[in-house]
Amino acid sequence: MRRQEFPYLVILILPAMIIALAFFLLPVARLAVVAGTGPSGMATYWTVLTTPRYFEALVATVVLAATVTFTTLLIATIAGLFLERNRFFGRSMLIAMLTFPLAFPGVVVGFLVIMLAGRQGLIGQFTELVFQDRLVFAYSMAGLFMGYVYFSIPRVILTIMAAAEKLDANLEEAARSLGASQWRVVRDVILPALMPALIASGAIAFATAMGAFGTAFTLATNIDVLPMTIYTEFTLRANIASAAALSIVLGLITWIALNVARSFAGTTVAAAG
Amino acid sequence: MRRRTWTFYAQFAFTLLVCLFLLVPVVMSVLAGVTVNFLQGLGSGLTLQWVYEVWRLYSDTIFLSLLIAIACLATTIVIGVPAAYVLAKRGGPVARMIEETLTLPLAIPGLAIALALLITYGGIREFRASWVFILVGHVLYTLPFMIRAVMAVLSSINFRVLEEGAASLGAGFWQRFFGVIVPNCRSGILAGSLMVVTLSIGEFNITWMLHTPLTKTLPVGLADSYASMRLEIGSAYTLVFLVMILPLLVAMQVWAQPRKRRAAVAEPEADPAQSEGLTRYVAREVVRP
Repeated sequence: MRRQEFPYLVILILPAMIIALAFFLLPVARLAVVAGTGPSGMATYWTVLTTPRYFEALVATVVLAATVTFTTLLIATIAGLFLERNRFFGRSMLIAMLTFPLAFPGVVVGFLVIMLAGRQGLIGQFTELVFQDRLVFAYSMAGLFMGYVYFSIPRVILTIMAAAEKLDANLEEAARSLGASQWRVVRDVILPALMPALIASGAIAFATAMGAFGTAFTLATNIDVLPMTIYTEFTLRANIASAAALSIVLGLITWIALNVARSFAGTTVAAAG
Repeated sequence: MRRRTWTFYAQFAFTLLVCLFLLVPVVMSVLAGVTVNFLQGLGSGLTLQWVYEVWRLYSDTIFLSLLIAIACLATTIVIGVPAAYVLAKRGGPVARMIEETLTLPLAIPGLAIALALLITYGGIREFRASWVFILVGHVLYTLPFMIRAVMAVLSSINFRVLEEGAASLGAGFWQRFFGVIVPNCRSGILAGSLMVVTLSIGEFNITWMLHTPLTKTLPVGLADSYASMRLEIGSAYTLVFLVMILPLLVAMQVWAQPRKRRAAVAEPEADPAQSEGLTRYVAREVVRP
């Protein structure tokens, strides 16, 4: 029966394979080749790492993404553990509020940062009222940081809550009965048990922050983060080879980060996918 | 019931602050969209003039986004459901490799995919100028969600037994596929559809690079209004966008809460979309905002 079915199965998967081949594999392969057609040939890959402007953008993006990841993990672990372990009135409301920005495009998140920290923003109005000095930072690295944390929180918090649900309460009970303080229970029992989820969701947050374009597009008119560098190289400077090489580098970084996430996710969540 | 300690209240206050951080700018944006003059505050009065203005300037972007979302949904169902079935049915290294390839677009920034498409097909002028060019990007990005949602359902029901049953009653391959497999995948198709439409309507990273002045989608228009219009118009436009995606988000929350396993045919831990709830699943899978 299996042998007879084979041709049918090929017919069924063929359309998806043609799309993937024609519109993904082939274009990405061309991208990799185009990166090598610049004035310096295949050495373009090397020059994107040695040209100060590109290298600075790369470092800035990695630092930004790492800071965002760390901050988000901290916030999401505190809030996620709290929401998972306590039952109180309004809990599901809070969870809904924490997850609904999940589908906001990056541009919208950028605009929300303008709402908070822009020229007419809430923080500016507040600081003017209190300190007679309008604090505006939406269009700086701090604004980008705020936006990236904004869109990372919902992603990370759900994974952490899922992992916290599976924690073994007996271990904590045992630690407590042996005289461990609340802080030691957190440090020696809860955090180690959450570690795979923290690494997995952290890697996702990192990859997301590395490749985020929409938020940067709204806010980072004067800041060089890698996606913005790629965009300006391609559209304004028509430096297609460099843009292509930088895209490949960026794609590799996010791909590696996500593979890290996946290898850790297997141990905590039912990652059939 | 444990007594509430100070740590409870401290954590509660912290969590509330985080919620406010996420919610307050959205509320501000919504209010700004219906306020006569945001700088003067709500005292200047409420108005729908900005929403009308958005409609006058950008209604075509809204319709184009809806058109692309529907076309994208149709495409991902037509090519994604059969692909998911084949991938669920055949284990093997070849099937795994195909699955990896089909989900790879999620792991790569949209900007890179868009550049690749532009470099390869940007020269074909008719294709480049039409909205189908954007559709291609959206399909690449949303197809993995449809495939995974359907595969998740297939791995939670014992579809091989159903197929054999149908075969023993004399059903041919196509009869089995359309009469048994597809109807049994309904919940996965629905979950996948919600994700595909929501993501397609909000997609910016690929679309910004692929759009032309004549093919602007809603998020492209949003970016445009944020950069060049007054704050109230950007806000009103954001309001329109929120009104469009909110029903989809609510449907995801309500419809796909973690639910109890249905029947004996279900295998434990096999269906991520249903065992963890759709939002959690999306949180893990949606790579770029």
